[in-house]
Order: sequence, then structure tokens, then C-alpha cells
Amino acid sequence: MRKITLILFISIMFFNAPVSAGTDGEISLSKKNQPEKVKDCFEKLNRGIFAFNQALDDAIFEPLARGYRHIPSPIRSGASNVLNNLSNLVTIPNNLLQGNLGNAGVNGARFVLNSTVGVLGIFDPAAALGFEKRDKEDYGQTLGRWGMGPGCYLVLPILGPSTARDAVGSAASLLGGDPWYNVTVRNDTQYFNEADYYFSRITNGVDFRAKNIESFENLEENSIDFYASIRSLYLQDRQLKILNSEKITDTMDDSDWEEIETN
Amino acid sequence: MNWRKSLIKFSLVFSFIFLFAEKSFSTEPTKFIQTLVDEASKILVNNSSKEDKINKLKSIATKSVDIRGIGLYTLGSHRKNLTENQKKEYNELFREYFLKSFSSRLSDYTDPKINVISQEKLSEKYTIVSSILIATTKTPEVKIDWRVYTKNPEKPLIRDLIIEGLSLARTQKEEFNSVIQSNDGDINSLFLNLRNFINN
Repeated sequence: MRKITLILFISIMFFNAPVSAGTDGEISLSKKNQPEKVKDCFEKLNRGIFAFNQALDDAIFEPLARGYRHIPSPIRSGASNVLNNLSNLVTIPNNLLQGNLGNAGVNGARFVLNSTVGVLGIFDPAAALGFEKRDKEDYGQTLGRWGMGPGCYLVLPILGPSTARDAVGSAASLLGGDPWYNVTVRNDTQYFNEADYYFSRITNGVDFRAKNIESFENLEENSIDFYASIRSLYLQDRQLKILNSEKITDTMDDSDWEEIETN
Repeated sequence: MNWRKSLIKFSLVFSFIFLFAEKSFSTEPTKFIQTLVDEASKILVNNSSKEDKINKLKSIATKSVDIRGIGLYTLGSHRKNLTENQKKEYNELFREYFLKSFSSRLSDYTDPKINVISQEKLSEKYTIVSSILIATTKTPEVKIDWRVYTKNPEKPLIRDLIIEGLSLARTQKEEFNSVIQSNDGDINSLFLNLRNFINN
């Protein structure tokens, strides 16, 4: 935990100054995270890694995903539910770090109920008891929530799009912030081992890929710069998640639209 | 992985911008959108050939979508540096590009069910209409917001689709900007890319 605190502290020092959480703070958060304001400082390198990731996807992940689709649907749904349940282990501490005690409580109850009565998360009895599913949170979102700017846009090998801030958030998970990683990889427990962690991560990726084969193909075929499209979508999504806003106009910049007159 | 889910939802719904009928539409933004999506279902369940559908939908889109407005928006600040001839060339290229890029996606979709929920008036010129694409056994529920240009209240036009918070126009704008920036600010590089896309 001390390591995480240290990383968060250093990160905040090197990125942007925190903002307050009032109305002005929300506006500042939105502006700071606008996709067009995030610099692609290492674009050539990023594009190279992006091409590498695409090649890897063509050679391994897409074929795996196509094969995965042949597994009966109830099994795939169950696997997906188990992985979603595990993600609560990162979401709950981030709910707390963002000061959202209500969501931390709901997610905690969901995790306990679904891991036990719900058979390791395959089923969702918690929802039936009134503990509805909440949005996932991660350390990158928490840093953003605390006012840290995104820093440079990055493309990570295998993992894909990120930013300097989100990469620090991912590192925080690996340095003790993810209990699932802790009980599988970091610590030698008699119940789990490293293979369990990597299997869960790979299954998560393949499950996602299997659900979206045609959608990715469509997007790629209809983009004149697929890299730029992915970058924009990733950054828009992060902006939205950091604001935790349901109101889409919170992330819009209408100034450019105002100048467009066609009738 | 969350962002990817949004990306996919975005991509999934991307195509529906084309699914508009040739009939005259209501001028009330919510009714305008509901009429469009209802007509879209009728077109998609029709047994006509893929080519027929595409051609029909292309002509429908030209009446319901402000293609020129979206084109100007997606150029961002670059539009201020264009000569009249370049503007004319760009408008023509963008129109072709826009119609082709969406029509290629259509054949995969059948009978989408979209329910219009509400509208929010942003200004005299813009209203955001919120809707939900109903989940099926294969696809999840998707939230879709439509930016409707209402400067002429008698003829509302669609200028953007925002799918799970991700803006189609904004994505396109950043994509075009990237192409131009990667070529030292040369607008002709964008024209070349658009031309290549249209001709391929």
C-alpha cells in the first residue's frame, strides 16, 4: 500500500494539479480530459506498437475468438459473469478512493453474494436482492477524478490504448492494488497460482474479442486512419468515465458546431 | 476493457444513421427520429437485394442527414484555410465518402428496434434526442443520442450520433485532423485519402 501511495503522489506531482470537486472542478475535469487536448507525444512509436498489436490480433486473438464462439452460449455467459465479478476487486477500492461509499457498499455486497450464492459469480442473485450492477472503476479513473491530467497518449504492447495516467493506474493494480493479482501472482497461496490470473486475463480478452469480431472489422474497413479512430474513441470514453456522468452534453464542446451554418 | 465495449456499441449502431425513410418526417425532433427508425426497420426487413437497399438508403440519407454540415465540422479549424475551389472539392468528396462508408455496413443489420425516450433542447439550433436500441439475444441494449439541427424547425436534420457517449462526428473530426497533421498540414493528403477510399 505504501508503494501505491508513493506512486500516486509522484504521479500527481508530474502531471497536472488537482482540482476541487465542485461545479468548477467538474468543468475543469471535462476540459482537461478532452480528447483533442491529449497529446500523442510518441505517435510514431505508438503507431508501430498499434501495428504490432493488430498483427498479433490477426495471428492469435481473432482466430482464438472465432474458436471461442463455438463454446455453448451459457458457458460463455457464465465465464463472462465470473470475470465481471472479479473486476469488483479493483472497483471497490477505487469507489472508496473516489469517496463514493455508497457504490463501494453495493459492489462489496454484490461481490460477496455473487461469489457465494452466485457460485463464484456465474449467477447474479445480488441484482435480485436490489444490489444493481454499478459502473466499473479503476486507478486511472481515480487519478483522473483527483484532478490528474491524462498526460501523453500511449499504445501499450498487447494491452492497447492508454495514457500516461492510465498506465500509472495499471501499474498501481500490479503493485498491490488488485487483490486478485495479489492472491494469484504476488503471493504464494495454496488456493491460486499465477496461471489462474493469466488465464482470467486472456479469457477476458478473448471473450470480448469474440463478441465483437464483425464490429471491429466494420470500423477498420470504414476508417481512413484506423489508429486515429481508436485513439479518439478511447479518449472520449475515458473522459466520460472520469466524469461519471450520464449526461452526454457534459463532455461535449459545442463551440465548433455553432459555426456550422448550412441552411 | 470497458472502453472497448463502448467502442463496439459505437460501431454497432454506427450504421443506423442510414436507415431513414423517403417519406416526409415530423418536424418535432423526437417524432422525427422515431419516424426515421421505424421506417428503418421496414426497409431492413424487406426482401430486396443488398444493392437495392443500399441505393435506396443512400437517397434517404441525403434528405435526413446534414452531410455538408458534418463535413464542415469534421474539418475543424482546417476549414478556415480552404479556398473556394478546395471547399467545393471537399464537399463533393466528403459526400461520396460519407455515403459509401455507411452503406457498406447495412446488409448485416435486420430489424433494429429503437425507442425514442426524450429530448433536450440545447439551443435554437440544436436538440439532443435520446433513444435506446433494444437488446436482442445477440446484442446488448445501447444508448443512442441524436444531435438534431433545428435552425429551420420545418426541416430538422441529423448532424451527429452519440453512441454510449461516443460521438461519431467527433471521432471523424479527429481522424481527419490526424491525416492532415501527419502530412505536414497538407489538406490535399486528406483529399487523396478520401478519393482512395471512394475508389476502392
